Amino acid sequence: MKTVKNHFGVFAAVVLAVMMFVSIATAEEKSAVGLDGSTTVGPIGDAFAEVFMKSHNCSITVKKTGSGDGVAALIDGRCDIAMSSRFLKPEEFKKAVEKGIYPVAHTVAMDGVCIIVHPSNPVKELTGQQVCDIYMGKITNWKDLGGPDMPIVAISRDTSSGTYEVFHEKVLKKQNMAAGVEYVNANPQAYARVKTTPGAIGYVGLGFLDDNVKSLKIDGIMPTKQTIADGTYLVSRPLFLFTNGYPKLGSVIHAFCIFYLTEEGQSIIEAKGFVPMTNY
Amino acid sequence: MAKYSAQIAGKSKKAAAGFTRPLLLTPSEDMLGFLSGHLGRAALFLITATSVVAVFLIFYFVIRESAPFFFNKSFPAAMARIKEFFTDSGWYPAATEPRYGGLALIVGSLYVTLGSLILAVPLGLFAAIFLSDIAPFNLRQICKPVIEILAAIPSVAYGFFAVMVFAPWLQKSLGFSTGTNALNASVILAIMALPTIISVSEDAMSAIGRETREASYALGATRAETMVKVVIPAAHSGILAAVILGMMRAMGETMVVWMASGNAGRIPSPWWDLSQSIRTMTATIAGDMGETPKNSEHYYALFTVGLTLLLFTFSLNLVSEYLLGKVMKTSRGGK
Repeated sequence: MKTVKNHFGVFAAVVLAVMMFVSIATAEEKSAVGLDGSTTVGPIGDAFAEVFMKSHNCSITVKKTGSGDGVAALIDGRCDIAMSSRFLKPEEFKKAVEKGIYPVAHTVAMDGVCIIVHPSNPVKELTGQQVCDIYMGKITNWKDLGGPDMPIVAISRDTSSGTYEVFHEKVLKKQNMAAGVEYVNANPQAYARVKTTPGAIGYVGLGFLDDNVKSLKIDGIMPTKQTIADGTYLVSRPLFLFTNGYPKLGSVIHAFCIFYLTEEGQSIIEAKGFVPMTNY
Repeated sequence: MAKYSAQIAGKSKKAAAGFTRPLLLTPSEDMLGFLSGHLGRAALFLITATSVVAVFLIFYFVIRESAPFFFNKSFPAAMARIKEFFTDSGWYPAATEPRYGGLALIVGSLYVTLGSLILAVPLGLFAAIFLSDIAPFNLRQICKPVIEILAAIPSVAYGFFAVMVFAPWLQKSLGFSTGTNALNASVILAIMALPTIISVSEDAMSAIGRETREASYALGATRAETMVKVVIPAAHSGILAAVILGMMRAMGETMVVWMASGNAGRIPSPWWDLSQSIRTMTATIAGDMGETPKNSEHYYALFTVGLTLLLFTFSLNLVSEYLLGKVMKTSRGGK
């Protein structure tokens, strides 16, 4: 009697498992273009997808999980286009090639990471070295920089964001940030913290600038579309779409990856606060 | 035989209207009943087993993923790793010479947990006393569900409040240089732990029967004396369980601390200065996991943080289970 019971348990388990696998397999078979990756490139991806779903009558899903996750998704074949705010790391490229994926970069726009402070702060200009010293804890008070006697609250993006990586590489030259630096997990949150904290310094993408925060000149250069596009501003970077190989000509993915060249694409990029690659 | 069974069937039809099932089953019907009974049992067993198995699998998975952090090299290297993790407070996993010091994270978690308990326990206890012994029945019927709604508010909504409203307020009115700090996270976590603490300790106090209270009054004790010297001591195990449940909520909470604590990976100095930013274990896992390549040293280190957290909450859970078991006994009359 006991054994009979056990057999039914096993049988039912097998049936359940088979049913689950079948349902997963059918769910994955749906044909659609999937984007995954950087929260910075995400708004561009969203806006492009919106236009494309109307004009090409296809379904495009845009996930914003972060540059690293997006690239990992491309390598694992979980998405067709990875959005990234940095170039591939050598180890990612190696892993991709090992899995038979050949990542091709499409530079869609330029993004400037602007150093921002509270509007009441009289400091207008810093050098890259000074910003570096602030984030490494060597300068802790605004009076050392010509400002009021007020402790500096340094605010950084979380270490898994592409914005952090660019800042970390270009400003800090890959040195460790001080333990006292605060971390926030999104551009809007960094913006909100600086907006409400008189002693704060933070960094956000060009698209997040407005009158509630003050953007600083770095090494004498103001972050503008011009200085970001030509690369003279210290913390500027290209934004990428990565595909597996160059997309098949005429496919939806191909059209999507060259959409930034069109006038409509450029105006979308500009509307989202980024700088178009094309000089028009 | 067939006649007999038909007779019985006919009789039962008369006796209970609508009852048409024959009393004697054919062998195939018998087999069908046997099968469906056992199949249903097996299916229900599987469903129940899933959640039990899930707990074991989580433990297995977390331990398996964190083990390589310690045991990938020689034994002395492993000991040095363990020592670094529990005594060093530098968490620089992405540096060229990575450091995996978890001390600041563990201390950060303890900070906000204890900070929230210091705020929530007295408040929760007073509210529970009021609800169980003082409030009129109708008021209690309104208050309790409303308090429990607090537990249903998503933690990201609390976090949003912490960053947008509470942090600027702390800066303006208390003059802190930064508003996202240990105090902010503690206050928000205290609000989140309150419903658990109130409702569990209120249940424990209500479980102390009317007879106990009446006996106390009969001996000449006042209402206050009864509450402080009789009800609370008698319900102490339930109250402790409530505190521990609230503690687990505070310790395991991620979104709120990730948004409200500032995430600066250091131990505040001086140690009592709650106006400094701190970083907890949960926030570290949530913040770092996105960019961490699978099976890298950093990845294993994060799982080690997770394992530490799991051990903390697991031991707290065991203690609260034990204490709640005691409450059940009390309410059943045994002691």
